[in-house]
Amino acid sequence: MNSVYLSHNNIISAYGFDSAAAVSSIKNEVSGLSLVDDSKILPNPFYSSLIPQGSLSEAFEKLNPKEAYTRLEQILLVSLADTIKKSGIELSDRVGLIVSTTKGNIDVLEDDSPFNEERAYLNELGKKIENFFGFKNEAIVLSNACVSGVLALAVAKRFIHQKRYDHVFVVAGDLVSKFILTGFNSFQALSETPCRPYCKTRAGINIGEVGCSVLVTADNTNLVDESVRIIGEASCNDANHISGPSRTGEGLYRSIVSAMNQAEIEADAIDYISAHGTATNYNDEMEAIAFNRANLQHTPLNSLKGYFGHTLGASGLLETIIGMYSLHSNTLFASLGFQELGVSKPLHIIKKTTAKESSIFLKTASGFGGCNTAAIFQKVNS
Amino acid sequence: MSSADYKIKSYCHIRDGKVSKNGEVLFSDSSEEFSAFIKATYKHFETDYSKFFKMDNLSKLAFMGAEVLLRDTDEKNIALILSNRASSLDTDRKHQAAISKQSGAFASPAVFVYTLPNICMGEISIRHELYSENSFFIFAEFKPHLLSDYANDLLETEKANEVLCGWVDYDKGKYDAFLYVIAKKGLLPLDTGELTKLYRTK
Repeated sequence: MNSVYLSHNNIISAYGFDSAAAVSSIKNEVSGLSLVDDSKILPNPFYSSLIPQGSLSEAFEKLNPKEAYTRLEQILLVSLADTIKKSGIELSDRVGLIVSTTKGNIDVLEDDSPFNEERAYLNELGKKIENFFGFKNEAIVLSNACVSGVLALAVAKRFIHQKRYDHVFVVAGDLVSKFILTGFNSFQALSETPCRPYCKTRAGINIGEVGCSVLVTADNTNLVDESVRIIGEASCNDANHISGPSRTGEGLYRSIVSAMNQAEIEADAIDYISAHGTATNYNDEMEAIAFNRANLQHTPLNSLKGYFGHTLGASGLLETIIGMYSLHSNTLFASLGFQELGVSKPLHIIKKTTAKESSIFLKTASGFGGCNTAAIFQKVNS
Repeated sequence: MSSADYKIKSYCHIRDGKVSKNGEVLFSDSSEEFSAFIKATYKHFETDYSKFFKMDNLSKLAFMGAEVLLRDTDEKNIALILSNRASSLDTDRKHQAAISKQSGAFASPAVFVYTLPNICMGEISIRHELYSENSFFIFAEFKPHLLSDYANDLLETEKANEVLCGWVDYDKGKYDAFLYVIAKKGLLPLDTGELTKLYRTK
């Protein structure tokens, strides 16, 4: 089968409006989380990483919009505009578009939203993005809880294999909204402090927001320094519970094994794991069990939630892009917030940003509905 | 095995107060409300599964469609590829109504968990013990060619032995489910025209 690569990319985040801004802060172990006091979202202050609206509006105006766009649309359009421009790809009928989001424009359901309720339909969001750039193919919206961002890469690869497209642009994003924050708060899952994945003192998640995008392509002549090849990917359901992770890490374990089989590698070939690590008690414990079952307990691992918080439908793509830069710079980024292991099985958590020659990394994600995804990426330019 | 060889093994419609399998009406009910209709459907198929009553409308609809197609199968490696237009908006509106009062104090985890469309696939996976691939897509309308591409890839790469595909939409009291199983052997060729025709069958 032909190889499929990740190439040009962009991250719009609290750190700035390109991937490099996020990567340089992460390298210096600087968190993007800060205390947000916004009673329209939650009555009490909460830790989050937000995209500054002033800079967003400024960047968005440069795209010369002809109509009003929601905040999420602006984020996705600014991110994708950068990735499309850098790729130099003409949007022919061989180019696909995948939008990864869990809740899209859900904030338009609020009473004071200037937008019509119709805008909450996810295909409307897809259409706005498709029409803005003039994609010839209808946007494919993927909404599969917190695995959406990394699953979208697997979906793009599969459509390329089936010869539906030669190139696919994947764009991902979700907002920090009252809808989401009150929901996670009702599960008592929010941490009152910056999150500490896998740590003994972890106390729940922070929700953050980013928009990010990447070119997925079969064309090995349009790659970038940090490009990677997708060598294996799989998703497996826990078949256990819709809101609680499996106690045996079943779906995650099976996803990792299936992805390794497809990549034709053993656990010891993986140099680095970019894990999900939301910092809830149950999630991190489940991951520790799954990684041990897959014999990955000695592999250096981080969660990037201490930098961005949990960015929902964007997180899997965001963390894959950071992983690309990690391989390219042969640097393992610290798992921010971690102090002392607080799960029942051993894990090799990266405590300090360190240099390490690396060529293959594993990205994992898990979410509500019992879904789990694992994807394995190999460096192209070594 | 090339994609041209895959077949539609079975299919199911749930709409307009009727449940049918392979074009044959198995159950009909004159209830005007979806909640009464889907409860009657659950009883008709003698489905002994108390979790059903905790599900949201979208999950109940998808669950009963899967029940009709999967209850007699021994195959466990069945991927789920579902799609709709309204995502989980029916439940989203309920969560939104709850949080519009008093700073979100009335948000309920039992409602919030259903504000994701893929939850219905979690429910099907639990019921049928499927540790398999799940993907939920949102389209303006049923897109059989894209679902078939995706199903073909899962079958060709041996990630699944069969795939439960289809359309399951619940919005503002209206419901429409058309689910089908793709396998190596079956009733009809896996073809976009055929699927479009079957989908439109009343």
